[in-house]
Order: sequence, then C-alpha cells, then structure tokens
Amino acid sequence: MKKTIVALKGVDKWYGNNHVVKNLNLEVAEGEFLTLLGPSGCGKTTTLRMIAGFEDASAGRIEVQGESVDEKEPYQRDVNTVFQSYSLFPHMNVFDNIAYGPRIKKVPKEQIERDVEEMLRLVQMTGYEKRKPDALSGGQKQRIAIARALINNPRVLLLDEPLGALDLKLRKQMQIELKRLQRKLGITFIYVTHDQEEAMSMSDRIAVMKDGVILQLDKPTEIYNRPNCRFVADFIGESNILSGVVTLAEDDLLTVQTQSGTVKTKGAGFEKGEEIDISVRTESLSCSAEPTEEFCIKAKIRDFTNMGTVTKTSLILPDGKEIRMSTFEQDPNLSEGQEVYVSWKPEKSTPIHRDKKEAESCQ
Amino acid sequence: MSVVTGRAKKGNRLPMLAQAGPVSLWMIVFVTLPMLFIIFISFMSRGTFGGVEYTPSMESYETMMEITYFHVITKSIGVAAETTIACLLVGYPFAYYIARKPADVASRLITLLMIPFWTNSLMRLNAWMLIFQTNGPVNNFLVNVNLIEKPITFIFTDGLVLLGLITNYLPFAVLPMYSSIEKLEKPVLEASADLGANPRQTLLKVTLPLTIPGIFSAIILTFIPALGTYVITDMLGGGKVLYIGNIIKNQFGTIRNWPLGAALSVLLLAITALMLFLYSRFAKVEDMEVV
Ligand SMILES: Nc1ncnc2c1ncn2[C@@H]1O[C@H](COP(=O)(O)OP(=O)(O)OP(=O)(O)O)[C@@H](O)[C@H]1O
Ligand SMILES: [Mg+2]
Repeated sequence: MKKTIVALKGVDKWYGNNHVVKNLNLEVAEGEFLTLLGPSGCGKTTTLRMIAGFEDASAGRIEVQGESVDEKEPYQRDVNTVFQSYSLFPHMNVFDNIAYGPRIKKVPKEQIERDVEEMLRLVQMTGYEKRKPDALSGGQKQRIAIARALINNPRVLLLDEPLGALDLKLRKQMQIELKRLQRKLGITFIYVTHDQEEAMSMSDRIAVMKDGVILQLDKPTEIYNRPNCRFVADFIGESNILSGVVTLAEDDLLTVQTQSGTVKTKGAGFEKGEEIDISVRTESLSCSAEPTEEFCIKAKIRDFTNMGTVTKTSLILPDGKEIRMSTFEQDPNLSEGQEVYVSWKPEKSTPIHRDKKEAESCQ
Repeated sequence: MSVVTGRAKKGNRLPMLAQAGPVSLWMIVFVTLPMLFIIFISFMSRGTFGGVEYTPSMESYETMMEITYFHVITKSIGVAAETTIACLLVGYPFAYYIARKPADVASRLITLLMIPFWTNSLMRLNAWMLIFQTNGPVNNFLVNVNLIEKPITFIFTDGLVLLGLITNYLPFAVLPMYSSIEKLEKPVLEASADLGANPRQTLLKVTLPLTIPGIFSAIILTFIPALGTYVITDMLGGGKVLYIGNIIKNQFGTIRNWPLGAALSVLLLAITALMLFLYSRFAKVEDMEVV
C-alpha cells in the first residue's frame, strides 16, 4: 500500500442546522486519482473546500502528508484547486495567470518563463501567452486554470467538476488529457464530478457519496460489479433490481425466490431466509426463446430501442415489473410481444443486504 | 445591394435621432449654450460699472496669471487633491468593509453613509461651526481632559476646511468603490489564496487592480466638485482663506467682474475635461460607476 497523503478523520460539516458532511473518513494514497461521485447537493464541493481550507470542518481532522492542516489558512496549504468556475484573473493575460503562483513564491524570472512555456505545452496552449481570459473559449480557460494550478507542483490537486461546462466531445478529449497528465506528473488528484461515466473512466478509486455520507469506496470495476447497496447499484450504470428471499445458500451460491420466479446469484455473507435485493446490469442479462438449464424467469418482450452502439430491450416480468437488457446487436430470433426466458450468470449479479441500517443510508 | 442596405440604415437612423432629440435639446439649451456663453464672456472686457463690455480682450486671462490668482489656483488644486487622496485612503477600506458584509447589512451601512448627504448643507456646516468654535464642545473637551491649555482656533482655518471637504465628499468616494469591490467575484480571491498569496498580496495583486474603475470614478467624483466648491470653503474658511470657487462666486457677485469669473470657470471646465479625457483613456466608459 502506498503512503497516505490526504486523510479525513471523522469530518463533519454543519451549515446552521444543515448537516452537510457526516462523519467522513477517507484516506487518499500518494499519486492516486480519487473521485468523489454523487448527486447534486451531496456535499462534494464542501468536502473539497474543507481540504483546500476555504471552509472549516465543524468536527474531525484533516491531514495532509501526515500533518493536521486545521490551523492553516488556504494560502499556507500545499494543495491547489481547479475551480468549477475557472476563476482566472480577468485583468491578467494567460502568461501572468499561470505565473501567479511562482511569482508569489519568488521563483527566478527565467525559471518562471521556462515553466510557463512547459505548462502551456503540456495543456497544448502554446502561443496563447498574451491572450486575456475574456478571449478564450471555455475549454481553453479550463486548460489555463489547470496549468495555473499544476505549475506550483502541488502534492495534491483538487478539481471541482473541472469539465462540467464543456460539450461532450471536448469533455471526452479533456478527460483523456487530464488522466495522461496525472499519470505523467504523479500528482494526487481528488476529483469531483456527478458524471458517473467520467468517474468510471478516469479514477483509481471512486467514493460514491449521498447526503454527506460515503456509501462505497472502491475501484471502479468493484463499484460497477459489486455495488454494496441499492443506491450505488442504481446510480452507477444501468441496473435491474429484483427483490426476493434466499431459499438456499450453498457456499456463495444463493438461490432466491422472487415474485417472478426462482433465480440464482453469488455473494458471501448471506443466510437462508434473508430478504435481499439483487442487482443485475442490463448487459449481463440474456434471453432466449427456450428455457435455460440453470435457471430462468419468464418475460414478455415489450419493445426494442436502438441506442447506436447498443440495443436496449425492454421486458415485462409476470408481476408487471419492467426490466431492461442491453446487447450489441438485436437478436433476429426475437420480436416484440414474444414470450422469452431471461437468465444471467449468477456471478454476474450482486446480492445486496437489506438490513435496516443499510436501508436507511441508502434510501 | 448597397443601395438597399444604405436605405435600411437611413430608415433606422431617424427613430434614433427622435429618441435622442429631447435629451439633446435639453443638453443644448441648458448646458452647452450657457457654457459657450461663459467661454465667450471670458474673452470680453470688463465694463466700467461692472457687467460686460463686448470688446474682445485677453485681460481676464492675463489677470488670472498674476501671482495672487495663480497662488489661489494652485492652492485650490492642492486642497482638492488632498481631499481626494484622503477620501480614497479612508474610503477604500470603508468600501471594502461594507462590501464584505451581507447584502442587508451593507445596504443599511450605505444608508447611514448617505444621511449627511441628504441633510441640508447649510445646517450641517453651521453645526460644524458650533461644534468647533472657541468655546464649543470640542475645545471644552480638549481643555477639560488637559490635552491643551487654551482653546484652539479651529474655525476659519485651512485644516477645518480640509476636514469639512473630506467628510462632505467621502460618500461620493465610497459609493463607486463599494460597487466595484462588491462586484469582485469571491472565487477569484479564493484562487489567489489557493495559489499561495497572503491577504496583503491578494489585495495588491488582485483586489486593487480589479477595482481601478471604481477608484477612478471616486477620484472624479471627489476632485472635480472639491475643486469648484465654495459653500464649504466660504463657511468653514470664513472667506478668509480664498479658493477658486469663492473667487468665481465673488467675481460674479459683489465684485462684478464677469469676464474674470468666466475665465476662472473656463479653467475649471478645462481641468474637468482633462480629467474625463484621462479617465476615458484608462477605463471603458461602461465601467464608470456614477451612482
Ligand atoms: N455556504 C453555504 N451555506 C449554507 N449551505 C450551504 C453552503 N454551501 C453549500 N451548502 C449546502 O450544503 C449542501 C452540499 O453542498 P455542496 O456544494 O457540497 O454540494 P455538491 O455535492 O457539490 O453539489 P453539486 O453537484 O450540485 O455541486 C447543499 O445542500 C447546499 O445547499
Ligand atoms: Mg459542487
């Protein structure tokens, strides 16, 4: 395990009576790309601002490189921020904007000139030194904001929805550029977004947040394949969620009785008789005209939707619930209104506990 | 093609003229014509029994260059400059303080600031005279706490005039600076701190440069009126200390040397025009904060 560079220990934040961040515990490793992902208003920005020092934590402790920073003003902290609103200095040109940090630190002039050039090359903005921020596009401003933070060689870079204002194409391109930069420079990124695709493609680890609580902190593939609660399963990717009772638990293989039939899933720590939810990704479903051997449930094809690269098939279960399946190509043997048998590989689905505590935090 | 666009343009111009018409007429009748008349008079000669004799002459401008008048002019400019500088130095922190308060508190503070401006200036200045006279409360207090032995003569001194000017024009300095500080975006200041700048560095490198339009407006709104004032200087200075405004008033009034009064007014106009010209060179017109 790599060294921890940022640690949040039992951090709380209250705005008046509003409990915005609740007992947050988080350790970020050196050089890691960690994403805070969650719906609007869940406290992502607040968490970032507490690390940067713009907000005081109401309780708990924040450490950077093993040292508490609670007493340090923002300008004394060895972290830099890329703000969602860019926040470039409007009265300075691109060069002066990027040179702001080094000039404060009294870096020699020749060195600053070299560093700024290097940064501009890095964000592919060479030749824009004399431009004022007003004369830049959103994506260009974003890149200058990133360069302005990176030139300080921070140990930790905080990014608050840095690509939020960009169009889809530019955003995809910047995602790749940012990830490349992060790898190349070995800087720790704490990245805020509410775009789950962005989080999946860039992060080493993702912290899924809701109402000021981290629900799950794990690698993207784990979060995707093994969501630990209904909310995460729902929030990340597209899932079908079925409820039922465990009727048989052999090792990790569970047999579950749902309203639409008996199904199988795989997961440790479940007992016979327990009420659970099962999350199945749309792409893990398969259906055929004939019943399959291991298990299957009956369904009726409602319609097909072509989404470009994938086709979504909407299916109605006997209890009236709708589930969705995505495949790369539409199966020519299937047609709308047809009765089919739906199944999945047990290990491709995730059982989720439904105990009280979990249910509360995952409402 | 060009004919068509030409016609369209012509068609658009008329309504615009019609809109500007009443305003222009007002400006021409009540501002431009009187101003031209003053300039015209300044180049005429003085009538034997006062009034104007319509024979061209540079007499007034020559008088103006005489050493006594020249002193008054430089002194007035100096006092106006001191007033302006003091208003900026006191007003900027003031404006900064107000701008950092929540909106409702800020608007209350602005109202407080404006109260003296809404009170009658004669009443206010007479109150000043009472407060600062030889046996007034200020002197009594200073004598009673043994700071001084004998009462100080405040009234009719340069010092009191300056103090009066500063307090009178402070709101005009604070308002434009307040509005440009208030417009500063918080994230820009946070970005500065984030990049390692301490509060003093942020003030010098970000806050001040970004509020220059407000500072310029404050300069214009204090310097020009302070240079032309005569009520404050007359009352607090007692007519003993002469300023350009008092002299102009006297030339048009008791002394009845209209051409000289006009020439001095032209000088004030020229200084105003010069400042506005400099302002327009440094700041965009739409940034001007005339409240
Ligand atoms: N200065 C403040 N005063 C009072 N409440 C605040 C303040 N800033 C944020 N909040 C509240 O705290 C909660 C979390 O806000 P935060 O900005 O951290 O959300 P977020 O996760 O960044 O959301 P988004 O994705 O929309 O940016 C919200 O309910 C918000 O209303
Ligand atoms: Mg936010």
